[in-house]
Amino acid sequence: MSVAIRLERCAKTFANGARALEPIDLSIVAGETLVLLGPSGCGKTTTLRIIAGLEEPDSGGNVFFDDKDVTRTPVEKRSVGIVFQSYALFPHLDVAGNVAYGLRIRGESRERLRSRVNEMLALVRLTELADRKIDQLSGGQKQRVALARAIAISPRVLLLDEPLAALDAKLREHLRAEIRDLLRRVGITAIYVTHDQAEAMTLGDRIAVMNAGRIEQIGTPLEIYRMPKTQFVAEFVGNVNRLPDGTLVRPEDVLIAANGAGEMHGKLRSIAFLGDRLRLVVDGCAEDGLIVDTTERVELAIGDDVSLQIRPGARVRLQ
Amino acid sequence: MIFTNARYASSLVSTIVLSLSVTVAAVSLSTIAGFFLARSSFPGRAFLVSMLTLPLAFPGVVVGFLVIMLGGRLGIVGDITQFLFGQRVVFAYSITGLFVGYLYFSIPRAILTIMAAVETLDRSREEAARSLGAGHIAVARDVILPGLAPALVATSAICFATAMGAFGTAFTLATDLNVLPMTIYTEFTLYADVAVSAALSVVLGAVTWVALALARTVAGSTVAAAG
Amino acid sequence: MRALGFAFSFTLTLGLCAFMIVPIGMSILAGITANYFVGPSGGLTLSWVQQVLSLYLPSIVLSLMVAFTTLGIDLAAGVPFAYVLARNTGTLSRLAEELLSLPIAIPGLAIALGLIITYGTFREFRASWLFIVVGHVLFTMPFLVRSVVAVMRSIDLPVLEESAASLGASFLQRFLGVIVPNSLGGIVAGALMVFTLSIGEFNITWMLHTPLTKTLPVGLADSYASMRLEVASAYTLVFFVVITPVLVALQRFGAVRVRGT
Repeated sequence: MSVAIRLERCAKTFANGARALEPIDLSIVAGETLVLLGPSGCGKTTTLRIIAGLEEPDSGGNVFFDDKDVTRTPVEKRSVGIVFQSYALFPHLDVAGNVAYGLRIRGESRERLRSRVNEMLALVRLTELADRKIDQLSGGQKQRVALARAIAISPRVLLLDEPLAALDAKLREHLRAEIRDLLRRVGITAIYVTHDQAEAMTLGDRIAVMNAGRIEQIGTPLEIYRMPKTQFVAEFVGNVNRLPDGTLVRPEDVLIAANGAGEMHGKLRSIAFLGDRLRLVVDGCAEDGLIVDTTERVELAIGDDVSLQIRPGARVRLQ
Repeated sequence: MIFTNARYASSLVSTIVLSLSVTVAAVSLSTIAGFFLARSSFPGRAFLVSMLTLPLAFPGVVVGFLVIMLGGRLGIVGDITQFLFGQRVVFAYSITGLFVGYLYFSIPRAILTIMAAVETLDRSREEAARSLGAGHIAVARDVILPGLAPALVATSAICFATAMGAFGTAFTLATDLNVLPMTIYTEFTLYADVAVSAALSVVLGAVTWVALALARTVAGSTVAAAG
Repeated sequence: MRALGFAFSFTLTLGLCAFMIVPIGMSILAGITANYFVGPSGGLTLSWVQQVLSLYLPSIVLSLMVAFTTLGIDLAAGVPFAYVLARNTGTLSRLAEELLSLPIAIPGLAIALGLIITYGTFREFRASWLFIVVGHVLFTMPFLVRSVVAVMRSIDLPVLEESAASLGASFLQRFLGVIVPNSLGGIVAGALMVFTLSIGEFNITWMLHTPLTKTLPVGLADSYASMRLEVASAYTLVFFVVITPVLVALQRFGAVRVRGT
């Protein structure tokens, strides 16, 4: 039911000359959730739209669904489910009507339609709101309707374009987990576009970090975070310190040494309480201030001498 | 009193019928052309748009004159039909001429309003429908037309209101067809019957105002008519 | 299938354009042709245009005068009024907006009748061109106010005013120095609309005019009724020449949107 997807040499130049995507190759395993992560303008949405069939890759590029070339297949024939950033719900239909739309187009029978719609609404927990008009829904509810509508047609792949971008932080966190559970339950191949690194880490089986139309690195969240291949990747997924010898280290891997017996020494420039940790900036260890995140409840004042130790194995050397 | 007089009643009715038919024709044609122009890009598109909307400022008299250019005794349509069928068709001074004239000043307004509305359409809805399997006809039926509905109602109301109040065109074409503004005019100038012409004006104004108010409530925005 | 739809729409659009343009072209041609029956092969001439100017120059001039005066009054009264409407969202202002749409709904004929009935007894006023100006102001004011209100509502007026006031500007300084410049788009668009409407206005003016206060469109109707086709066409050509620059400017300002928001 869900497919493996392959992109070969797909590039995209728009009519106004803008080069959105350099030729990329991408292989997605059936049933996995791949996150396209990157800043705005990096080409992640363009890649998604090429997979959807809403954009055609420049000549020479091809899209395969399970070894079948779908490059020339229009979107209405590709059986892809899309969740848009703006949800794109149909305002003149109610919730049930929206979810049923794809099935109605396919000419499903009335009973089959109703049972499928109920199944979908139960999946996203919106059963009580079946008759509600779209403009009476909250952002989070609209997003769930969009999800239900996209999944209702049993698509071969689910494409999500920054679906949580329009929601506030708390709701985003909550829905992030819901979507992850839903994707796991449904078991469908999913491609998720976001610029939010926390979302990427939570949802992705693998993450493709993109920059300026290119894929910089693909890997599991752990690989991306602990073994970044480029400076860009290292900096995009979290804070990172550059040591004098050229290696990188994450703030949480810089430990405060007991009794001043660390390998590095410096003076404390600033200290900020972030709730779940303390963030220290130490001068004298690296070119710029060294950022140290600690969960230890230390008593330090600005100007104090600080002794630091790097966690064994946590240094990152870039290729 | 006004309504019992057959002449006034028929004048009102024929004006309404004419205005309604022109509205239907103008809005349908303009929807197709307006959507096409708003969504396509080809060399000369901007030129076509400005050509279509230039006649907006023409007073009714000019429109009437242009109808005569098209379908009068020396009109170009007559030349064409003479060439093709050996029979000269003259329509300017009949109800066809009036219809054509009204269509002429209605289309620019309608096209502009509709083009503006098409530009505000949420294209991701169309993409969503397509991703769910809808072909072009289904997308037009299920997404585009519902999306344009308020604008279409507003446009229809403007067209109707403008056609109802049009005077200059009918005046120039000098048909014996009685549209209400002409009746009002003749009552005032020929018969110096101020009371009747005032009363008829009120009726005309009321019908028009109702149409516009209807459009405003449906469309939620303000509409304008001139002509 | 897709190509068929494209071809159909394109042909229809072209057809509509032809419908719009061909008569205009014919009319312009007729105005500069020596003899309409013979056609362009009989030679082109500007003599008809000259004849029009000699016969109707006063009407053309009067139209311009009326248009500019109408514009002046509309701006002076309309912009402040628009400001009041934009700032207040109470029921009174909504009522005012409904009233504002009345002149648009009432056919020109009725407005003219109303004016005559009300002011017809003031002999001198009735016979002067200012009478026509009043009719034009009544008719065009709503368009200007609409256009300006739309723009004023789209910018954050209270915030702008507060920051100007906090920097020491008096109300007049704020109005002229901050509010007006920021609403310029709507003001210019509205002004062009008013000018266009006034120049082309016929329905009201026809009822209000006297033989001494004939405007351009009135003269046009006159020429259609009593003059040679070539003269009428030449007069129409003069009208096109006067109005086209204004229309082009209107389109440039994106304001030929007869919707108003």
